[in-house]
Amino acid sequence: MPSVEPQMTLAYYRRLFPWKSLYHWLNHQIPPTRLWTHREFAFTLQGDAYLRWNSFKDADDLKREVCRLNPSRFEVGAIYSGRPRDKKTIRPNLFVPNLRELVFDIDMDEYNEVRTCCSGKQVCKRCWGFIASAVDVLDQVLREQFGYTHILWVYSGRRGIHCWVSDQAALALSNESRWALVEYLELVRGGAQSEKRVHTRYKNGLGAMHPMLSEALSTLQGGFSDLVLEDQDCFRSTEGWNKLLRLLPQDDDIIATLREKWEEQDSIGEPSSSIDKWEDMRREIKKISKDSTRKKFLSIAVEEIVLQYTYPRIDSNVSKTRNHLLKSPFCLHPSTGNVCVPVDPARIHEFDPTNVPNIEQLLRELDQLIKEDGTEHHSDWERTSLAPYVRLMDQHVAGLMKEVRTANRAAALKGTDF
Amino acid sequence: MFNRSTKKEKEKDKEKDGLVATHSPLAYPHRLNFYEEAPGHNITLEQFEMWAIDRLRVLAEIEAARVRNVPDGIKNIVNAQCEKYLMLHPNSDAASVELDTERRKDHVSHFVLRLAFCRSEELRQKFVKAETDLFKVRFLGEGTKDRAAFLASKSFGPSGQPISDDDKRLLKNQLMAATSSIKTDTDFESETFYRVHWTKVTDLVASRRVFIRGGYAYVPSASQSSIVLQAFQSRLTAALEMTARALPSLDEDDRLLPIINHFSQGFLAGIAGEHHGGGENSYGETVTKDMIDDMAKKHFPMCMRNIHNALRRDRQMKHQGRLQYTLFLKVLGLPIEEAILFWRESYANDQKTQDKFNKEYKYNIRHSYGLEGKRANYPARDCRSIITGNPPGANESHGCPFRHFSTSNLQSALSALYGVPSLSQDMSDILNAVEAKQYHVACTRVFELTHDNQGMAEGESVSHPNRYAARSRELEREKLARIQDKTKALTLTESDGAPSEDVSMLAGV
Ligand code: SF4
Ligand SMILES: [Zn+2]
Repeated sequence: MPSVEPQMTLAYYRRLFPWKSLYHWLNHQIPPTRLWTHREFAFTLQGDAYLRWNSFKDADDLKREVCRLNPSRFEVGAIYSGRPRDKKTIRPNLFVPNLRELVFDIDMDEYNEVRTCCSGKQVCKRCWGFIASAVDVLDQVLREQFGYTHILWVYSGRRGIHCWVSDQAALALSNESRWALVEYLELVRGGAQSEKRVHTRYKNGLGAMHPMLSEALSTLQGGFSDLVLEDQDCFRSTEGWNKLLRLLPQDDDIIATLREKWEEQDSIGEPSSSIDKWEDMRREIKKISKDSTRKKFLSIAVEEIVLQYTYPRIDSNVSKTRNHLLKSPFCLHPSTGNVCVPVDPARIHEFDPTNVPNIEQLLRELDQLIKEDGTEHHSDWERTSLAPYVRLMDQHVAGLMKEVRTANRAAALKGTDF
Repeated sequence: MFNRSTKKEKEKDKEKDGLVATHSPLAYPHRLNFYEEAPGHNITLEQFEMWAIDRLRVLAEIEAARVRNVPDGIKNIVNAQCEKYLMLHPNSDAASVELDTERRKDHVSHFVLRLAFCRSEELRQKFVKAETDLFKVRFLGEGTKDRAAFLASKSFGPSGQPISDDDKRLLKNQLMAATSSIKTDTDFESETFYRVHWTKVTDLVASRRVFIRGGYAYVPSASQSSIVLQAFQSRLTAALEMTARALPSLDEDDRLLPIINHFSQGFLAGIAGEHHGGGENSYGETVTKDMIDDMAKKHFPMCMRNIHNALRRDRQMKHQGRLQYTLFLKVLGLPIEEAILFWRESYANDQKTQDKFNKEYKYNIRHSYGLEGKRANYPARDCRSIITGNPPGANESHGCPFRHFSTSNLQSALSALYGVPSLSQDMSDILNAVEAKQYHVACTRVFELTHDNQGMAEGESVSHPNRYAARSRELEREKLARIQDKTKALTLTESDGAPSEDVSMLAGV
């Protein structure tokens, strides 16, 4: 099944993987600190054995081991109070996770019930719009509300995206704070069994929406009509519009009116588009007198529909504890062969998950280089199509390292040891 | 802390603890205690044990109440328990009560239990939760003056920086929208907001009840108690972790260790209820795999019915659902051999699934029975953990239907599975309870409706799916006994009496 052969991953690790960038990103400085030496790495070997509790002296040490074991992928974990490789010899009480990037995982799986273009493991540029909208909101919340600045977005290689927050304050978050932050963010609740999955008002009343949600809503509104109404056309099918009606207040007459109209369209085989249906609905709501409670509940329901379709759906377990492992940036996805490349959140809507550096293509580029030069180099990534992504990473890392340098200097001036 | 320090050191400790207050004749000037300093007294081993047990009683009751989701909160329970075991009188009672004695008991017993509860993450969490609840009830019940004095002693003025009037005006809309307690402009005008780091008020953050900007939460003074409670909680958590690290030195003390272990085990067992082992339930009966379909219909709460039906329908089950159901069946009395047969037969019979079963699921089942891995005796999940645990994702069936189903799905499931008519008063009672997030109450109502209006024992509400099933079987057993008595009486008079319909229906049990 794996389309990626072991000799391909090996060549990739030896010649293309940007080890330095990874090291600096995780370590924040040039000389190795505990952020690196006490950091857990886990390997998934070809054949699926899983090795936890590895840790390394420096970047070369990691590279050597990865080239020796040639795992199909590896994951980055927390920074522990002792070296993970010494775990067996440390008393369990004394071996605890201390620091960890704040991480998020958004997976297309969660959107299967709302996307119409693809199903299962597939993803295309169109349904990527759901992920892109999620990134818009989450990136904004993390920056503006929580004040984080060192946020890295990484394509997961197939159907999702990971987010790593490396600010010092984020690294130090307790599990409890992580839990609180996730609760604060999480909105779309309940399993596939649930229909109405979003509630924004205190006690489901008519109060105001929390500012975090109203800001998210205004970020999402434009995307909603492009993505859900126009592109995905979620309400064209009978099933689709029925779902829409189920999200309106169930005792409202508007449902019967709309159902009648749409059933008739279906019966003559001419279902209207989602845009038209959305308009139908808005028109009906407009007819209701302005200050009535009924109208208020309907308007809230409409807002909640927008959120239910486009608000970020994060995998909360990944974010809630310090010791969760997450696939390293620049790993290969074992079945697609795609590189898990960093993505610029400002250009997330342009990103095309079907067109990212892929191992086969990269190796072809390498062969071409060897033909031209006659020799092999290490760190050949600079001359392949991986380069812009490594540069994006390095830019991100530069900001991080600069801040740490300034902080260190300030601390040194104050005479505190760091 | 135990009879080890010299007298002189003890005096010094006392001063350091701030227990000798100059302005008050009391060693403990406040009823409330943040427990930041270890007690510096000599205590006897008997006191050590007795006091700790008293406190444990209070905490265990708090934990139980939390699991049961008592409607009007735990306040009454805490107060009742404290009156019996851990009374603390306010300063105004100084004339009639030995305040220092009871406060010392409170102080010492807290520290003894710390030793017992610092040893695992799970215990630490439970202890911190229960202690925080206890502190909360006491804190909120404290008189204004005493509370202010206590806060002042902890330098707990309003924490953080009050925001300027300009900022307040600028942020008015957001602040009002984020703070549900502020309803009118007048409320808003009279409120002061403090700017504190968001990690200091995680409970306000988690419930989205506070405005956050640039890493800071804007907390109205009305929410100050939540800052204090959180400080209590996070300091205690940190202190417990430190104690855990320091504890090995205590291992040498073979007088204390057995007592300590006994405490923590008792607490855990008390919480998990008597349902622990696998293979046979508390009545000593065994259940076989062929009984399950029938039992599900008659005795299972909705969460398990839902899993069972999904399993029968899909012939597969995701991990979380498998785990929840396996442990439930274990405690129900299904022995391991039967469990493996049950699951194997429940799964689709194709090669791929069966391979996967042998390779993976079988191990998981044995693990749940404590036969693999850590070999721990895992208790079945209680309602609280099912309700607050991971919500089911797509294609998953675990969780609590009252919590995780949409209203319309819940409604149709209630009608289909438990025969609750869809437009009845009962249905709306149930849905109202769900709306109010009283999932156990809703579940209890379903129990009553399907059991001739008899409820759980002693007016409890459902707190554990196994309790639900056990009670349901108990009622059936009673009913069966009654019917048998009746038929016996009948057969004595009418000797040709065939067993009544009811009896034949129940005969399989
Ligand atoms: S309340 Fe408890 S027993 Fe009832 S369905 Fe929910 S989890 Fe199951
Ligand atoms: Zn698609």
